[in-house]
Amino acid sequence: MCDDCLDMSTAPAPPLSEVRRAYRDLHEPIIGGVAGGLARHLGLPRLWVRAFFVATSALGGLGVALYSGLWLMLPAEQQFTPQAPGLESATRGGRRPSRIRRLTDLGPVIALLALGVGAVLLFEAFVGRGGWLWPLVIGAVGVALLWRQADEAQRERWLDSTGRIDPVRVVLGDGSWAAYGRLLAGLGLIVLAVLLFSVRGGSLAIARDVTVAALLGVVGLGIVIGPWVFRLASELTSERSERVRTQERADMAAHLHDSVLQTLALIQKNPGDAASVARLARSQERDLRAWLYSGESLDESSVASALRGVAAAIEDAHAIAVDVVTVGDCPMDEALRPVVAATREAITNAAKHAGVGQVDVYAEVSGQAVDVFVRDRGPGFDPERVPADRYGVRHSIVDRMQRHGGSAEVRSNPEGTEVRLHLPRPTQEEPHD
Amino acid sequence: MTEPRTTPVRVVIVDDHAMFRSGVRGELTTVGAGSVEVLAEAADVDEALAAVVAHQPDVVLLDVHLPGGGGVEVMRRLPPALRGSTSFLALSVSDAAEDVIGTIRGGARGYVTKTITGPELVSAIGRVADGDAVFSPRLAGFVLDAFAGSIDVSAVDEDLDRLTEREREVMRLIARGYAYKEVAKELFISIKTVETHMSSVLRKLQLSSRHELTRWASDRRLL
Repeated sequence: MCDDCLDMSTAPAPPLSEVRRAYRDLHEPIIGGVAGGLARHLGLPRLWVRAFFVATSALGGLGVALYSGLWLMLPAEQQFTPQAPGLESATRGGRRPSRIRRLTDLGPVIALLALGVGAVLLFEAFVGRGGWLWPLVIGAVGVALLWRQADEAQRERWLDSTGRIDPVRVVLGDGSWAAYGRLLAGLGLIVLAVLLFSVRGGSLAIARDVTVAALLGVVGLGIVIGPWVFRLASELTSERSERVRTQERADMAAHLHDSVLQTLALIQKNPGDAASVARLARSQERDLRAWLYSGESLDESSVASALRGVAAAIEDAHAIAVDVVTVGDCPMDEALRPVVAATREAITNAAKHAGVGQVDVYAEVSGQAVDVFVRDRGPGFDPERVPADRYGVRHSIVDRMQRHGGSAEVRSNPEGTEVRLHLPRPTQEEPHD
Repeated sequence: MTEPRTTPVRVVIVDDHAMFRSGVRGELTTVGAGSVEVLAEAADVDEALAAVVAHQPDVVLLDVHLPGGGGVEVMRRLPPALRGSTSFLALSVSDAAEDVIGTIRGGARGYVTKTITGPELVSAIGRVADGDAVFSPRLAGFVLDAFAGSIDVSAVDEDLDRLTEREREVMRLIARGYAYKEVAKELFISIKTVETHMSSVLRKLQLSSRHELTRWASDRRLL
């Protein structure tokens, strides 16, 4: 999928091959997070999706049916999002901000709801018989409240670090007044709806009323308990996969701790050698930081990751700091290899000759081209006067880029040197599928 | 660099690692002698609020990850009377994009990583105290990423939802490691103009209602 690299703001970056699934957005849900999740999956503005649901609800209740169907079937956002361990522990420890409801998000929803109610009323005015409608609406609101409570309780369970499943918490979540309120109001509304419904049909045979009431009760119970059962089952499955992941993580932690110990031992052995101590500390810091917080890889899976890998290798070899900032990304392929190789050469040059401790690398991957800038603050040199036998700049950077249809420019002055690499990306044919 | 201030910038350090706090305090008292004065330290959200209210500092060095709801919580619960006078500079070891962007959107005037050198930190503090924005190369990269592809999105509030070409150029140069002075020289504009562009990007980042911003951040987390 080359779309992925054209617009990184809508599509998750690697793993590129993974199947995209829709989830309910439980971070800022208005009702059940269905519209938010769907909008995200389809790449549409949330407002459009919400408007669609409201509009179709007014047209004979299709929207309500769709919404509740999706609410039931769509899994909540992955509870075990593969976050970097440092972030996960910060989340559990309450050191990261919790979700914030933005009022700007709520305004349009209220407007849409008002429009929807208006449309229903209008529909009623034209069609007339509204007796069945209000019990139905009240019942739907009641069920929605109960489902919402199920979501809240579910989220509460994910945040619970004890890992036990407490039956009371399964229903009540954090046990706040809001949880009780939702439960009671939901149940009350459903009972009210059933009552209204049977009162309306009072003139009919009692037997039929009782049957209808009983049927409704059973259906209601199924609807209410359904999500819990459904989610409990899916949660048990995720729990199993989580256990596997925890074990992997323990291995990883052991490996990292081991490498930290090695580094500390090495530092103790040569405490006098400032340069090598700094190099060891830097490489260890990079290791830990990448693992704990960013989860950024250093392999050759994507351009950004390959550049980070190159920078890391040079950091280790030349005892300097290389800061890499990347914007956009795309999978690594053969055509893009020259720009990575030229970047390696440029950073190595800076590390060897600039005589400074830091090199800044900035890479921008867009749909049309890859641009890389390598900058140091060394004393500079005159690119024209580089001896012909020094292949570094001319051969490995400029010629290489030109051979592959790109360009390279070296700008140097006494305040520093900057190598600019530009490589147009081959225009990829849209896969027809 | 902006004009030298006559009085030292009054600073409160908020971080849950005592070792880091004392390190920064030591650095600021030696490197920033005369230009920065450390008033107090705090280790969580409640302590930070108490310290800020008690000392009314010019700048708060704020850790992004903080017990009690993160650094954002300190800014959210800040008494309205202090909102204008106290600026926040986010300081973090985590480069998680959503946290950085979240803190900026919460009201911080800048973001630097904890590996920043002493002199750079002192100059960043001075800049924030003067009401300017501080963008590290990494933050500039995040901003470019977050606003990428926004040109053809017709959103509700267009002005807030896209960067101008000039702002984009400034952000690119910052991401390339250019100092403000060098950005000004490269683009043939004054340092003041660079600062204006930065403040305007900061404002857009804080006020834009682009849903893409949050979506981008959480997508990035899935890397």
